[in-house]
Amino acid sequence: MSTAIADKRPSTLRGARLPKWAPWAIAAGSIALGLGISAAAGLHSDIQWALIAALLHILGTYVIAARVENRRQAKDRVVTALVWVAFLLAVVPLASLVWSTVQRGVKVLDGYFLTHSMGVVPDSQPGGGIYHAILGTLEQVGLATLIAAPIGVLTAIYLVEYGRGNLARAVTFFVDVMTGIPSIVAGLFILSLMLMFDMQPFGFAGSLALAILMMPVVVRSTEEMLKLVPNELREASLALGVPKWRTILKVVLPTSMGGITTGIMLSIARITGETAPVLLLVFGSKFINANPFEGAQASLPLYIYQQYGSGETPAYDRAWAASLTLIAFVMILNLVARGIARWKAPKTGR
Amino acid sequence: MDISTKSTQAPPPIPQPKVTEQKRAARGATRPGDRIFLGLSRGSGILLLAVMAAIAAFLAYRASLAISKDEGNFLTTFEWNTGAVPPVFGIAVLAFGTIVSSIIAMVIAVPIAVAIALFLTHYAPRRLRGPIAYVIDLLAAVPSIVYGLWGAMILVPYLTGLFGWLDAYLGWTGIFSWEGGAPRSMLTVGILLAIMILPIITNVSREVFRQVPQMHEEAALALGATRWEVIRMAVLPFGRSGVISASMLGLGRALGETMAVATVLSPDFLIHGSLLDPGGGTFAQNIASKFSEATEFGRDALIASGLVLFVITLLVNGAARAIIARRKEYSGANA
Repeated sequence: MSTAIADKRPSTLRGARLPKWAPWAIAAGSIALGLGISAAAGLHSDIQWALIAALLHILGTYVIAARVENRRQAKDRVVTALVWVAFLLAVVPLASLVWSTVQRGVKVLDGYFLTHSMGVVPDSQPGGGIYHAILGTLEQVGLATLIAAPIGVLTAIYLVEYGRGNLARAVTFFVDVMTGIPSIVAGLFILSLMLMFDMQPFGFAGSLALAILMMPVVVRSTEEMLKLVPNELREASLALGVPKWRTILKVVLPTSMGGITTGIMLSIARITGETAPVLLLVFGSKFINANPFEGAQASLPLYIYQQYGSGETPAYDRAWAASLTLIAFVMILNLVARGIARWKAPKTGR
Repeated sequence: MDISTKSTQAPPPIPQPKVTEQKRAARGATRPGDRIFLGLSRGSGILLLAVMAAIAAFLAYRASLAISKDEGNFLTTFEWNTGAVPPVFGIAVLAFGTIVSSIIAMVIAVPIAVAIALFLTHYAPRRLRGPIAYVIDLLAAVPSIVYGLWGAMILVPYLTGLFGWLDAYLGWTGIFSWEGGAPRSMLTVGILLAIMILPIITNVSREVFRQVPQMHEEAALALGATRWEVIRMAVLPFGRSGVISASMLGLGRALGETMAVATVLSPDFLIHGSLLDPGGGTFAQNIASKFSEATEFGRDALIASGLVLFVITLLVNGAARAIIARRKEYSGANA
């Protein structure tokens, strides 16, 4: 270290600087020290030695940099160290989440699990599956999409292509507000309707609540996409005498189709994981019920909650396996959606 | 879109034989196809407004049914006994728990999220930035029930050590005293919520930091600023309102989160001085766990508590929007 500094001293325009490997060396040193201290003090938790090492790293960086360089550089290096520590700190739980779901989920996840229901299986026994839950989720989410996607896209078209004046401003504002509605409140709204008409839980009620959650997301993403369509395209079409509605249908929508599809798929991914409204409105069931308009249905997120709530070890295994299925479904939707977005991105000419 | 309408109106009466067609084009929306399409799209917008109004109206109506029969004070009663004759219930504990857990989540999540956003825009090796941002994007999509399951099965056992440590060294403050038992308390909820809202706040903050005008940063660098000084003088001032609104969005999520809280907390209807002692509750958690045994009247009472949650989230989101809107007026657009 000292030779590197000595080499640089003669050029007087820059102050002394730590060599490039210094942060890594400090990090390695503090990790070693952290491990040593926790071994000496008899601490067993991984978190503890990591925290000690992180603290040592930040302190060490400051002291060394302040001595060799100057105060300002030292502060800079400390912030760099802090940012790295924050990043690693956040990675740990998120990595643990993914890892534990995969590791515990694969235990009972197989073809049998995916194709059987919980029909005659008590929670305390192994066996059973999530077929009924997958069926319920697909139906509820499908119906919600059928309601929310057209309304959302049309609203976005109104806002971008026609919207002027107070109505458009009000819609924009309330779409924003609606994005923030907690899912349980959407569930309570439909519940209050059901209480009025004295109805029992059924799948379509859940779809309605999910549609309320989905609509603003679709509006937002579609709006962004429609705004990306170059005005020249609209003008060219209108100049050829094409009516406005045909311009929208034949020019604007096809140009932004990729982005709109992405937005809808992302919003589907979002509502697929919603548990609260389904808990209130669809109630859950152990049996296969393919009719979303009558009788309680199961749903994948709700299944996880109820299996967890039963408190039995085999049920925990099933909850993890269902979580893995749910995550896989959501992730695949996300990846495909982003793939489409990249593949069909409108050329903005920039 | 402005231009499109202008272009149909722009050519003033140029002497042409096809006057009728011109007239039609000038009025634009008179074609049946146009009228239908405009009607459909405007109708969707109005429907959306109607849904919002209906949510507020129906929740308020059912809530008024319940509150009118409440023997306790709806705002200050420490009890949720809708089955009793006469029924007594109040939201004091729920409001306290919701606010405390969200504050804990914000205190933990916001600094870390800002640091990660800075890491992704200014510190990470260039090749890693894209993939990490992508992964964080995906993590924002993980369903909350999975966070709840993970929190209850993995995080809770892990926190025993931390709670013991907090009790030993900070127990004297009263806030961190711990009587033992499973660590299913407000602090646990706050930590889990922090982990859940981290990806969202990070994503929005990263977008904001990326929009900082390059010129500002380069100017600071040219004056000899270190990287931290660039961030403090050019990046953070520019991004402040963006970070605030990102935090508000995260706060909105944390306030309304149901399943993760319901799986992790062991609730009761008391306000505990210590964050480590199990108990308390939040609006959403209370609805989810009380719902299945509730009578029709009990459900109305739960709807009343949901209405309060609805109003709170509306206020928080409205504030976030207002901050974003104000920022648009004098943002980096002039750079």
